[in-house]
Amino acid sequence: MLNYFGQKFKDNGYQLMNDRDAPIWQNPGYWPVTFRITPIWHRVSQGKVAVDSTASESGQVEQRITSSGFDLSGLDFHTGGTLEKNFSFYVLPSSDPTASFHFETVMGRLDNIAGSPWLNVKFGKFELDNLLSEKRILTLTGNGGIYQLYHFMPVGDGNPFAQMGDNQLGVEVMGHSYNDRTRYSVALLSSNDGQVGLPYGAESYSTFITASQAFDAGKLGVQRLGFYVFAGQAPTTWLTNLGAPIGGSGTGNQGFSREGFVGQFYFGQHFDVQVVTQHGSDSAWFGQGYGDLIDNPTGLCNAYVDGTVVQQPCNNTPGTQLVPGSRNPTWNGVLIEPHYVYSPQLIFLARYETIKMSQQSTPGTRSDLGNITTYTIGYRYNPFMTSRAGFAWHNEFNLFHQVGTSPLSGTNINTSELLTGFDFDF
Amino acid sequence: MRFIGAILFTAILGLIITTGLTVRAFAQDAPDVGPKPPVVIKPMESHIGNVTGHAEAAKSDFRRYCAGCHGDFGDGNGENAVWLDPKPRDFTLAAFKCRSTLTGTLPTDEDLFNTIARGLTNSNMPVWNTFTKQQRADLVAYIKIFSPRWEHEKAGTPITIPAEPPVTMDSIAHGKALFTKLECWKCHGTHGEGDGPSASTLTDSKDNPIRPYNFALGKNDSRFKCGNTNQDIYKIFMTGVDGTPMPSFADVIQPNDAWDLVHFLRTLQVNRHGKENEVLSAAHGVIPPYVDKNPSPAAAPADNKAPGGGQ
Repeated sequence: MLNYFGQKFKDNGYQLMNDRDAPIWQNPGYWPVTFRITPIWHRVSQGKVAVDSTASESGQVEQRITSSGFDLSGLDFHTGGTLEKNFSFYVLPSSDPTASFHFETVMGRLDNIAGSPWLNVKFGKFELDNLLSEKRILTLTGNGGIYQLYHFMPVGDGNPFAQMGDNQLGVEVMGHSYNDRTRYSVALLSSNDGQVGLPYGAESYSTFITASQAFDAGKLGVQRLGFYVFAGQAPTTWLTNLGAPIGGSGTGNQGFSREGFVGQFYFGQHFDVQVVTQHGSDSAWFGQGYGDLIDNPTGLCNAYVDGTVVQQPCNNTPGTQLVPGSRNPTWNGVLIEPHYVYSPQLIFLARYETIKMSQQSTPGTRSDLGNITTYTIGYRYNPFMTSRAGFAWHNEFNLFHQVGTSPLSGTNINTSELLTGFDFDF
Repeated sequence: MRFIGAILFTAILGLIITTGLTVRAFAQDAPDVGPKPPVVIKPMESHIGNVTGHAEAAKSDFRRYCAGCHGDFGDGNGENAVWLDPKPRDFTLAAFKCRSTLTGTLPTDEDLFNTIARGLTNSNMPVWNTFTKQQRADLVAYIKIFSPRWEHEKAGTPITIPAEPPVTMDSIAHGKALFTKLECWKCHGTHGEGDGPSASTLTDSKDNPIRPYNFALGKNDSRFKCGNTNQDIYKIFMTGVDGTPMPSFADVIQPNDAWDLVHFLRTLQVNRHGKENEVLSAAHGVIPPYVDKNPSPAAAPADNKAPGGGQ
């Protein structure tokens, strides 16, 4: 999350707005770049993993796998700043722990168009205007290091195109009042989950709209309330060549939506609570597995062919129909994240997230299949505070619970992770 | 059990080490090497309207948002100070640029409160209007802990600003004459571009180089350090900008003179739409000579073309 000054700085295009923002005012030795990486020790205990049985048995069984050891996070390579007054940029090559890089963010930004803070434009690949930013998340574990709400997909669903936590490709128009109390943004996005090269559909777009209003609540601080809507269409099928999908040939656009409220509540200097709610809905086509053909490990979807329900390749071969009675999968979720800021150098945090299905795509499916509940606690201690570098000793514990998704028995999965590490940037 | 034990061990170890490091860090807050005495937070208050600020309440905000430039001890020696021009304010001197009080006196709480909210253009002091009023009031109180002046002196009395007279060509012409007579051009330049003959020699009260204000920059968004209204410019003449070479003219000019000067200075903002430039445009950009009954002995340089006037 950003504090309200940080939010305003970002909304001003990374400018202080004191007529000293153009690079000519910067020290010639200054280059706006930051590396961030985190060496960690973590212990992961994952329940009900399908494993081959021992020699005395046959087939597979479910078993808990626990591992621990020293490890690395990926590397983020932030560089951003102003090119001229009201022209700014942000480029973020990011790697996984094996140093395989991709562009997490690449965008140019024009600010205060026509002299108005209400008109700013961002173009490229960027984080959606989530008030509770996953890119500035305070947690690092596998399940706790993301907001489940920002990535949730029902069991069997094939729609990866509505992940609010992933940076997206598109153009965003945003604006704000002079003191940033009122802010809005509207983005037009390619429905490809931020993947370059148009790998999915050629003609599918989505939109992310959000607005919020902050209030001065005296000694409590600045409170903010807002809403968001992420809605659009994405392809469900592809043309194929000898059975293999042809990149960019996506067709059969179907709809999806994610909408909810966001609240940032401060209770004096030390305590705050961030809340996000979500109602999500996917087209029944996605619910039956159509959509992400490229990354779908099985490549199979539920289809109704010649009066029979079958699993067939998700390329919508002639005669394919949705399984009769298929419905739009829908769900509701909430995320609550309190922080206790003992001092700017020591912050304690917790998070509770729960997502509950309200309608499964396939009739007869147990109603709670895929429900998620996760708890995270942790604290970060920064032994020093400077504007040139950062260092946090990070400690975190996460519990993750999902209903009915163990691979063999279809029972509940529980996963836990304990992590300690040095999170630093320079 | 082994797992729970691992959690407990990590948590307890973490808290012990964190506590130790916290105590150590608080004992040497500043980034400099070597131990520093802790900041003593005197029980200072500020009063802005019905909001009362308390220094103690601003400790965290000052550390987080202000100390990077102004320093933990308010002496303007924060870690970023070396990179900044102009340098951050040294609160231990209790000399402030933007005041409604006479030169040399302490500003009112409201002056400091407004400065925090407004920021200082052409410096690295941002606009802090994202703070709540309470936070700003607390910070005003916190600023006072750094100088003993706040314990022994009261804030000065705000000056009275008379009603602004109409903008006329006479007023502008008189302002232009005063600009010459008072030798404003020596620093600000004949066209107000901050390039007068003395400009390169100016230093502030800490001997740091300082540039005079360039009126010609910007358009309608051009801002002054201490506010954007004509009243704010008037205040600058009458109170001066303490800590800089800009003096107070309270003892030199009459209120109406100051208003005339304000009207003329507005015409130096050649790209700004305003009443003053409308009057000037109506006169085809020519400011007629002002007949001064008491001409100043100070003469403008030979190449001193009349400022303004659309030249």
